Amino acid sequence: MSKFFASVDEVTARLSAAGYLPSTDIATAVFLAGHLGKPLLIEGPAGVGKTELAKAVAAATSSELVRLQCYEGIDEARALYEWNHAKQLLRITAERENWDSTRDHVFTEEFLLERPLLAAIRNPHSTVLLIDELDKADVELEGLLLEVLGDFQVSIPELGTITAVRKPFVILTSNANRDLSDALKRRCLYLHIDYPTAELERAIVRLKVPELDEVVAASAVEMVGALRQLSLRKSPSIAETVDWARTLVTLGARNLTTGVVRSTLGVLLKYQSDHRVAIERLALLDADTVDKDAR
Amino acid sequence: MTDRLVDFVGILREHGINAGPSETVDAAEAIIALGLSDPNRIRSGLAATLLRRNGQRSVFDQLFDLYFLGSELPQQIPEIPLDQLRDRLVDALAQGDPAAVTELARQALTTLGGYGGVGSGQSDRPVTTASGAGWSSYLTMKNLRPEDLQDRIVESMGGSGQLDTAVHTIEAQRRLTDFRTQVQTEARLRSAELRGTDYIARRGIESATDQIDFLGAREQDLAEMRRLVSPLARKLATRLAARRKKAVRGQIDMRRTLRRSMATGGVPVDPVLRARKHGRPDLVVLADLSGSVTGFAEFTLQLVQALQDQFSRVRSFGFVDTCDEITGFFTPGEPPEPGLSTRILRESRVARFGSSNYGDALQGFTDNYLDALGPRTSLLILGDARTNRTDPNLDALQQMCDRAKHTYWLNPEPARSWPTGDSAAHRYAEHVTMHECRNVKQLAEVVSRLLPS
Repeated sequence: MSKFFASVDEVTARLSAAGYLPSTDIATAVFLAGHLGKPLLIEGPAGVGKTELAKAVAAATSSELVRLQCYEGIDEARALYEWNHAKQLLRITAERENWDSTRDHVFTEEFLLERPLLAAIRNPHSTVLLIDELDKADVELEGLLLEVLGDFQVSIPELGTITAVRKPFVILTSNANRDLSDALKRRCLYLHIDYPTAELERAIVRLKVPELDEVVAASAVEMVGALRQLSLRKSPSIAETVDWARTLVTLGARNLTTGVVRSTLGVLLKYQSDHRVAIERLALLDADTVDKDAR
Repeated sequence: MTDRLVDFVGILREHGINAGPSETVDAAEAIIALGLSDPNRIRSGLAATLLRRNGQRSVFDQLFDLYFLGSELPQQIPEIPLDQLRDRLVDALAQGDPAAVTELARQALTTLGGYGGVGSGQSDRPVTTASGAGWSSYLTMKNLRPEDLQDRIVESMGGSGQLDTAVHTIEAQRRLTDFRTQVQTEARLRSAELRGTDYIARRGIESATDQIDFLGAREQDLAEMRRLVSPLARKLATRLAARRKKAVRGQIDMRRTLRRSMATGGVPVDPVLRARKHGRPDLVVLADLSGSVTGFAEFTLQLVQALQDQFSRVRSFGFVDTCDEITGFFTPGEPPEPGLSTRILRESRVARFGSSNYGDALQGFTDNYLDALGPRTSLLILGDARTNRTDPNLDALQQMCDRAKHTYWLNPEPARSWPTGDSAAHRYAEHVTMHECRNVKQLAEVVSRLLPS
């Protein structure tokens, strides 16, 4: 199997070039996943860049990204493969006279509909397989994944076992709504992505929203950092910080006044109660008086 | 290096991080692939190969420091006077300069944290385990009083106006906490030099937040534990609700089957099954708010709050020796205010005499609120079942179980002490499924495994 990256430094450089600034933890885990040929299980709060990482790895290694989005009730047919019954029926009706040859030909490649897992395994090119939000899927799917991720092969009763031509780089993400099975976890490397350090987050904002003034960006990041320290129902993530930075650019904000922050708080916080906590703890209440004073 | 790694994995297991042999092999391969030059990369690499869940990282980091950084301790650290130390700490924290903060943590410990003959200019003398000497982060903090510096740090961080001050204050608190952690790490490393790595690794490590007992939680643990509880409550809520996935079974949906068959020329290849209607189950929570379970009651309330957010119909009841409805004390979507349990005790009629009496409380429930339970209701009882040697009133509990669809009991005491003292837990356990639920970890287990759909 060809290695995806030669060193941790290379991971950092190529991910950065692809627009994703990794922390040491992330870069090391990505490097090891490629080096040891193991799937990488990523957990962490929503919006810290779990899915983005998969996309960035695909871009950095010029691989194809195959994505399996999980949901409650997803089954083998949606994840692995299914037979194209309609086409099979047409074939049967078209060749009524010769049943023997029809019977032999109905379960062949021609009628196989590839779903993400099979597609990733059979892809002869370099592939990144993203299994997104695995915690949403039922436990049965994990059993299915054990074969796919452990040996990189898929058994199709009618066709036999299909083994990977080229091992894909597998990334699984989970919001930890449900504990994944130990058997699955044992086959993966584990990476927990948390909120970034202020330094890294400033760099991310600079990269994603270069139009924003550096000083404003720095205080915006500090403000988000402060919000994360409060006890909120949903702390703002990197995604929200970047959105907020874009909002500030759109508004043409030169500095973060109480009024600006208060009117854009909705970009960062998604619950009414969180708004109340933030307004109280960050002293945003008397926006009008402060702005008047400033004038 | 191999020995060190194996020792390290061994001590991880003693602290509840169960890494198997295959993980150790991966870790070894990771070390080879990463090289030894950068300890931070080794740390990340070992974390990726050895850890399997969030919440293990802090214990892991503490032990990693001991096993992989310990040998690189700089020996000579200059002492500086207390005033100067505090001034420099204010500057370093205001600027958020991590290297300077680390350096200051070392100096602070050298200057203030030695006892029994180490530090204070006597650090050349060899110290034996028996001498009772060592390094204490507690002493350091007591002398340094960094929390008094907060205002000065905020001031040095610049900015004007209430908003800046508020943001800087929160940031300054965070940096002070970081500093405190660094001093603790440093103290642990030096103690390990004195007493051996193993000794400190077994005794000097703070346990992961999810393993702190509900009943013995300290104030600083509470905030962190709260963060862990609320997602669990959400999970608990989905568990208690009827699961949707099993619903597709049984009856054929004729209309949709025919419609789909149009693709196959009217041959119904894919029969579509009709989804079973799932009703919204109700939840009734009955929570012990007595003094013996104060730490637990805090979490109970968090849990109740989170459950009320998830279910449309939750009724909550609290009790000490009588039972009263406390649903109204919670506002949907807002975390419970600090000290809510005290307020409930004061403003509602959950306590007459103030010592818990399960028998009377259950009787009170069956007398006044029995119609809250119905064939679709799940009943969740939270409490330690210590009834002060009064009649446990099993009949009342049985009556409640009969009316509810499911009954679950979460007990914050270890299962081995259920049959001891004045606990009626083992007698109640004959009537309802009782789960030991001492810490966040066990709560997570109860939520994910034990409660069936």
